[in-house]
Amino acid sequence: MQNKYTDWKQALRSGLLGGVIVVVLSLIGIVAAFINTYVIHDVISLGELLILGPVMALSLTAIRKATNKQPGFLLLTAAISGLASGLVILALAGLGQVINLRAMFLNASPDLYAIYAYQQAPIPGLLLRLLVCVIVSLLTAGFTLLPARIKTALGQGLLYIVVIGLMGRLITMMLSNWGFVAILFQWMFAANSLSLIGAIVLFLLTAGLAYWRYGRPKVKRITDPKKQKVVRWGTLAGLGVILIFLPNILGLWFSEILDNVGLFILMGLGLNIVVGFAGLLDLGYVAFYAIGAYTIGVLTSPELGFFNWTFWQAFPVALLMAFISGLLLGLPILKMRGDYLAIVTLGFGEIIRILVLSDWLKPWLGGTQGIQRIQRPVIGIEGVWTRTLTSQQDLYYLILAGIIVVAFVAIRLRDSRLGRTWMALREDEDVAVAMGINHVATKLTAFAMGALFSGIGGTLFAAKIGSIYPSSFQFLVSINILSLIIVGGMGSIPGVFVGALALIGLPELLREFAEYRYLFYGAALVAMMLTKPEGLWPEARHRLELHEEATPPPEAEAEPATENA
Amino acid sequence: MFRTWRQKITLTDILVWVIGLSIAAVVIWGTISTLQSGKYSAESWFDLVVKGLALGGVYALIAMGYTLVYGILRMINFAHSEVFMSGPFTAVFLANALNNSGFLNRYPLLGILAVAVLSMAVSMSVAVLVERVAYRPLRNAPRLVPLITAIGASFFLQYTFRGFYGSGFEAYPTIEALNGAWQLGTVRLFKTQVVVILAAIVMMFMLYAIVMWSKLGKAMRAVSEDKEAAALMGIDVDGIIVFTFALGGAAAGAGGVLYILQFPVVHFYMGFIPGLKAFTSAVLGGIGNVPGAFLGAMVLGLLESVGPNLFLDGLGIPVASQLKDAIAFIILVFILIFRPSGILGERLTQTKV
Repeated sequence: MQNKYTDWKQALRSGLLGGVIVVVLSLIGIVAAFINTYVIHDVISLGELLILGPVMALSLTAIRKATNKQPGFLLLTAAISGLASGLVILALAGLGQVINLRAMFLNASPDLYAIYAYQQAPIPGLLLRLLVCVIVSLLTAGFTLLPARIKTALGQGLLYIVVIGLMGRLITMMLSNWGFVAILFQWMFAANSLSLIGAIVLFLLTAGLAYWRYGRPKVKRITDPKKQKVVRWGTLAGLGVILIFLPNILGLWFSEILDNVGLFILMGLGLNIVVGFAGLLDLGYVAFYAIGAYTIGVLTSPELGFFNWTFWQAFPVALLMAFISGLLLGLPILKMRGDYLAIVTLGFGEIIRILVLSDWLKPWLGGTQGIQRIQRPVIGIEGVWTRTLTSQQDLYYLILAGIIVVAFVAIRLRDSRLGRTWMALREDEDVAVAMGINHVATKLTAFAMGALFSGIGGTLFAAKIGSIYPSSFQFLVSINILSLIIVGGMGSIPGVFVGALALIGLPELLREFAEYRYLFYGAALVAMMLTKPEGLWPEARHRLELHEEATPPPEAEAEPATENA
Repeated sequence: MFRTWRQKITLTDILVWVIGLSIAAVVIWGTISTLQSGKYSAESWFDLVVKGLALGGVYALIAMGYTLVYGILRMINFAHSEVFMSGPFTAVFLANALNNSGFLNRYPLLGILAVAVLSMAVSMSVAVLVERVAYRPLRNAPRLVPLITAIGASFFLQYTFRGFYGSGFEAYPTIEALNGAWQLGTVRLFKTQVVVILAAIVMMFMLYAIVMWSKLGKAMRAVSEDKEAAALMGIDVDGIIVFTFALGGAAAGAGGVLYILQFPVVHFYMGFIPGLKAFTSAVLGGIGNVPGAFLGAMVLGLLESVGPNLFLDGLGIPVASQLKDAIAFIILVFILIFRPSGILGERLTQTKV
């Protein structure tokens, strides 16, 4: 009896929490912003998913936490949870009718209430909303009761619909470059999202495939070293060809995004050395980016008129400056660990930004007006063939070359003696020092290498934009880079690419997200640390660690930090 | 003997000392040349000092959150600057409503009190919420993990409040009773600054009393000494941690009200710089130490308001006040290098830092 009572309470609590999450999301404005971002055209939109998603997720937790696992009881639990969520949503709509919430919450608008009520009159519309909440919760409960094979198939099918539906605009844009291929796929998409028929076909295909594959052995791993080598070089060559033609395949608009993603990959690779390999949390990483960019600016811009060098003359100087400032910052903070280090580096980043902004250094650095007319890089041999890299597509190749060099260096560093000392220091500083590792030199090189890579990013940024302003070098940039390496997996080089594509690429592609980008980053950081601290593409060593033990304790799963309080 | 001396002092130590001494030399030289030029009168120095103390009062209250949480969990609550922001950013709507109805100018004390209570309540709830969602599940994780969730939570909160109330600036109404200044001989005292300093002192004293003399405070100190032992003595450790966050949040909310009395404009990004400075003052005074946070905040407030004029003006740097934030951060870096335990801090072992 006692047991049942707590189960009711649990269901009610989950439901209320779900409702509160929906209300908060609505008040932030996400729901209304995405109400016209359709997943399936005219059927379901992202905004609607944002209302139903939390409701479903929380009834799922209610079901999971229920002690009584009888089907009927689980259905009831879900229904209660859904009802509670629906009632909270209704409460907001009701409150909004009585008092003007808009004076405080910008997004508590009549539009929002209309969305809640499915654009119907308030009373029947809101009752419909309540009913839908209960129904989706019941469906969630029903879903958990299905056999595992059907569950996987359904889940996969739905996942593909959501992903492809959200990417609809991109896919149609890409297809439009391709002529006849576009005609083949036209029926699947309607106005930037999936058409209903397309969604059904996609669902049947993916769900069917998942159903068929369930329980069947996976593709065999190639164990023969010779074949492995062939496969590896084959994929690399294929990737290379794709990367070379990517700007042509995707068009101008995508090239701009690719450039941005590329710059962040460059800097991510650098920060990955500092944070991922050496375990030093650096929040002032943007400072080196700024130093690289400003060195190029000061040395090449005719506007300031000190030097008037070409890009390539200034390039090594900029790298040297970034490297030296990495060393200089590294010196005083050698003795600090963990959170203190984070704050000091953050302070350093801010000092650089304040100095750049100040009137004091304005004659040299341009103050708030920044530096304009930075020389673009010119490639080729004087007199034979030269080309000034100005368009986004040209710069793509420059950035790509930079990434290849930097990634190569990063991989070699990781596998070198130095890389191993970094990781030893990360795992346990005291033991590492006791083993004879010179922690001064090791930390300094980590900082300086990270700074160098960031400096490269800065120079390419200056070359890409052609003019730099202090506002480009905010603390937020450091957070961007940190988020991407954490989401990708700290210490993992492929993780940097995954993270950059997910955190920089996606928000640029899905234009509607741009506004809520940092909200999304913040939530992603917290969620990653709570659920998957090793990242999306974990470092091989971590994966091995997890593989060895049958049931890894949560501590072992957690990412590598040196500090033990 | 010679060998040990050589082993103890490394090249990096020497370099750090050289950098430190050269900055000290520049500061001293700047101070002397400013004082010699006689550009500022004694009255303007007095103004700057009072302004600095008022600023320090705000920092002191925010710093309490950092210090209390650090004392118990040995972690920096990075999201505390957003805890500070949430209070005044929410209370601005109450203040404007009270002002429009004329209540605020009829009963200024009651009005400010109502605004303060709301601000404290909101900050307190946000602090408790952050603890529940972002820190509690990670209590035994490596130290880097809660730090990263803290950064994440900080951004999430900033942009949540931006979504709630918009990205623009909201202005607090002016309170007539606090306008103007008292003239004492040749010097004048701005009413707001006096009120802020007094309120900060009273509140800091109350916080000190709670921590030192109440039963809950005793439990807090016990938990900060040794969590396991405290739990064995029958102290609800999780409850005490929540109480600590709540206390720190309430102090930040109160600090927020004192902040808007001086700078009556709020926006979603307003927490970042004051939060960082409050952290600096907590470190300056010795993190984990309540009187230390107060002392550190007052020193930082003074340095920040007097510093640009005193140190930098003499060096011929134009608009030196632009660099006041840089001064605060440089101070932070140097305390952490030369005396990480702060002014009043216990001697922390290096591993603890």
